[in-house]
Amino acid sequence: MSAKVGYRKERLDRGIKARTDDIFAISTYREILYLILPRVFVIAGLLIFPLLGDFTGVYWQNVIVITCTIALLALSWDLLHSVGLVSLGQAVFFGVGAYITGFLAQQFGLPPLVTIPLATVFGALVCTMLLYPVLRLRGVYFGLITFALPLLFMRIIETTKVLGGTEGMSGLPALPSIAISLYIIITITLVCVFGFQRLFETDYGLVLKAIKDNDRSVIAAGFNISWFKAQAVFIAALPATFAGAFLTHHYQFVGIPAFATDYSILPLASAIVGGPGSFFGAMLGAFLLVPLSELLRDLGTLRIVIYSVILLIFVVGLPEGLYPYLRRKYFQFERVVSMELEEGGK
Amino acid sequence: MSKETILEVRNLSKNFGGVKAVSEVSFQLKRGEALGVMGPNGCGKSTLINLITGFIKPSSGQVFYQGKDITGIAPHKAVNLGIARSFQMAKPFYNIPVYKNLIIPLFSPRVRKLVGGKFGDRDEAAIHLLEDVGFERDSSIPYKAAGSLPHGYVKRLELARCLSLEPDLIILDELFSGMSMSEVASILPFLERLRDEGKTLIMVEHRLKELFRVVDKVVVLNFGKKIAEGLPEEVVQNEEVRKSYLGSEVDSSA
Amino acid sequence: MEASVLIFGLVNSATLMLVALGFSLIFGLSGVANLAHGGIYLFSGYVTWMLMNYLGVPFLLAVPLTIIIAGVLGALIYWVALKRVRGLHLSEVIATFAVGVAILELFRWMGFVTYEFTLPVFIKGSVDIAGVSIDYQRLLIIGIGLLLAFALWVFSRYTKMGLALRGMAQDEYTALSIGIDSDWAAALSMALGSAIAAIAAISILPLGIISINMGYEVLIMALAVSVVGGLESITGLVVASIILGFAKTITGTYFDPKWMEVIYLFALVLVLAIKPSGLFGKFKELEERV
Ligand SMILES: Nc1ncnc2c1ncn2[C@@H]1O[C@H](COP(=O)(O)OP(=O)(O)OP(=O)(O)O)[C@@H](O)[C@H]1O
Ligand SMILES: [Mg+2]
Repeated sequence: MSAKVGYRKERLDRGIKARTDDIFAISTYREILYLILPRVFVIAGLLIFPLLGDFTGVYWQNVIVITCTIALLALSWDLLHSVGLVSLGQAVFFGVGAYITGFLAQQFGLPPLVTIPLATVFGALVCTMLLYPVLRLRGVYFGLITFALPLLFMRIIETTKVLGGTEGMSGLPALPSIAISLYIIITITLVCVFGFQRLFETDYGLVLKAIKDNDRSVIAAGFNISWFKAQAVFIAALPATFAGAFLTHHYQFVGIPAFATDYSILPLASAIVGGPGSFFGAMLGAFLLVPLSELLRDLGTLRIVIYSVILLIFVVGLPEGLYPYLRRKYFQFERVVSMELEEGGK
Repeated sequence: MSKETILEVRNLSKNFGGVKAVSEVSFQLKRGEALGVMGPNGCGKSTLINLITGFIKPSSGQVFYQGKDITGIAPHKAVNLGIARSFQMAKPFYNIPVYKNLIIPLFSPRVRKLVGGKFGDRDEAAIHLLEDVGFERDSSIPYKAAGSLPHGYVKRLELARCLSLEPDLIILDELFSGMSMSEVASILPFLERLRDEGKTLIMVEHRLKELFRVVDKVVVLNFGKKIAEGLPEEVVQNEEVRKSYLGSEVDSSA
Repeated sequence: MEASVLIFGLVNSATLMLVALGFSLIFGLSGVANLAHGGIYLFSGYVTWMLMNYLGVPFLLAVPLTIIIAGVLGALIYWVALKRVRGLHLSEVIATFAVGVAILELFRWMGFVTYEFTLPVFIKGSVDIAGVSIDYQRLLIIGIGLLLAFALWVFSRYTKMGLALRGMAQDEYTALSIGIDSDWAAALSMALGSAIAAIAAISILPLGIISINMGYEVLIMALAVSVVGGLESITGLVVASIILGFAKTITGTYFDPKWMEVIYLFALVLVLAIKPSGLFGKFKELEERV
């Protein structure tokens, strides 16, 4: 019986893993560099982008504004998901933020510097209070109410003609310039990504994460989980209401489209495609899907079909999402090693 | 020396539709005592625990804890008063490393008030607790995701979760079920030590021999009613108790 | 109360019941909140239309064909989208939502949005009842609604298959151990629910033109009825249909017709906010089981 020689791929993890999956013992400069390089790349890339206005053109600058908006909504979705709440209507946060800003700007003539922070915080409060009653319940209820709320708001505004009715409110004060807009929204997006990620590394974040795993044991540890979920909803609502408020001034307009399905489906798809639970995944998803959607603009509503199908494929087939996969690949060497094979082996 | 009463249950009842899961149960427990609750399957032991800890609201009756009426209290408030419980169907936080599972109770309002501690301090406390209930410190087990734990370890983790809350009253619902003989044997001395240190214990258990090594007295339930109460040796001689168990289990263990 | 309010209230109630039956059945039997319900409903309407207008199939043949096709679609959705995420409620919700949106938006993109898309009524004409003129189709809706609800009640209580499915819903583990195949049962309940959605579509759509937004509307109606009645309670379903049906009619008659469309959403949000387990929901107790 002769032994054959075969080859197989061997995978090694970079960095020396210490005890848990998330703590690395780092020894060399190169390894530190290896760890922080992707972050530096992303941050630097996003901060330099607005300076390249002449080169990229206003169109793509606008695309990045929208991408960041969707990224913020996706981050918000991801935070809710981390506590075990599935939102089918991120548009409700977006719309509430947008309408409060519009109202403040039109009625009281306040500048964006005032309306945006006010609408962000106040809008998040309003949304939390609207959603609080269903937080007691497990299961599909949160999904149902977030699905229904944007539609309800839309209908109410349509029928009562309040807040501009179907016409909406236009001619709202603009932000100073596209470059400043870009800087604001990019900074906020980065702060949210890294902030949320940090938050979930704290003991407080651990409690939030534990609620999704097993809410009963969190209660048995002495936590009022409705109150914790309410806090999570409030924190999650902040980036979303900000996105609504910001885009209102960006477009100088707010109307019923603020509650449109796009603002629900796109963030949902982004977070799922990127990989729920890591926040970076949600951002990655948005930066893939939104520019893609701009490229597919001519397809009209077929785009929504495409998103839905992508969403389905990922939810059912690749629930882990892209980010964890890429991350794993990045942190692994692959090398081919020879090995002896038994007769009849592969 | 008579001690203060820590828990008193008065005529506690719970109906699920037509089923009387618990009916008119009363008993008292003094500080430092260890009480066993026994009875055949489905006789309402878990329901009784749930009623005391507030996970289920009683249909009638009252619960007093340290002299205060806590009937129908919100479960998290019961915990913060010092009542810690384990679940019969113990489930860990699957996606969180084992030792971090304990960070959650260690971060709870009660422990923060009693012990304090900052972010990061709690890791060491958690590892200590795990050692106490028989996790090997230097193995990799405490650092793996809790979803990968074998069942016996999940139960020990559940016990550690209760202890981490610095409770005055510990209620264990079938801690031994799903543990192997040797696991039970290794955890028994620890429970005995808890009792000797003066912790108040309530244990629901089917394994009577092991139960009797820990508890001072027992309450026996059948069809939701209390049919006997007293010292373990006395209770197993009781005719009604023997009938409810159809003889077998009591004979073999007593 | 005027006779017209009574009669149209009944019609509206029956419509709601028909629309909600399929959704409620699937939830009751397999625990899946099928957010593709509206998509399946509209799909059935278009399939009938296409069978008749593209293939020249006579109406009477198109109806059973559509019901079968919808049933197959339901089973297919189960095998493709739900089988692998079974039991993960969060993923189930997203998956069925995605399927529903995909179906509806696909039809929108294909241009199925103009007034030519209508289905024929079963019987033309109308009668006078107590001085109110009402067309046969609306009377038929009441009849079909009652018949279907009764048939389902008998099915789930007195047939072997129905009992097996119900057993599955109550205790999956035990059902498995006595040899009921979980996948088979769930796929079957999806098929049944979808077939019922098709029956609802074929009876209700002839009253107006088929439009994409009807799909979303129908989902809202089904959700409102199910949530108000308490998910998975048959009595709740009937009572909630009557409450909402009459609420809509009364709003339209005595207040402002433009509020009629807001009623369902409003009821849905209100009940979720105040008593999320609905009027007849048993969920509260089940949730406490520890
Ligand atoms: N949430 C509930 N809804 C309806 N019935 C329930 C509920 N919880 C328990 N029951 C019923 O109440 C009775 C007592 O149940 P319980 O779980 O308290 O028994 P137990 O003594 O703990 O049994 P075991 O030894 O098997 O753990 C049983 O008949 C059970 O079916
Ligand atoms: Mg029990």
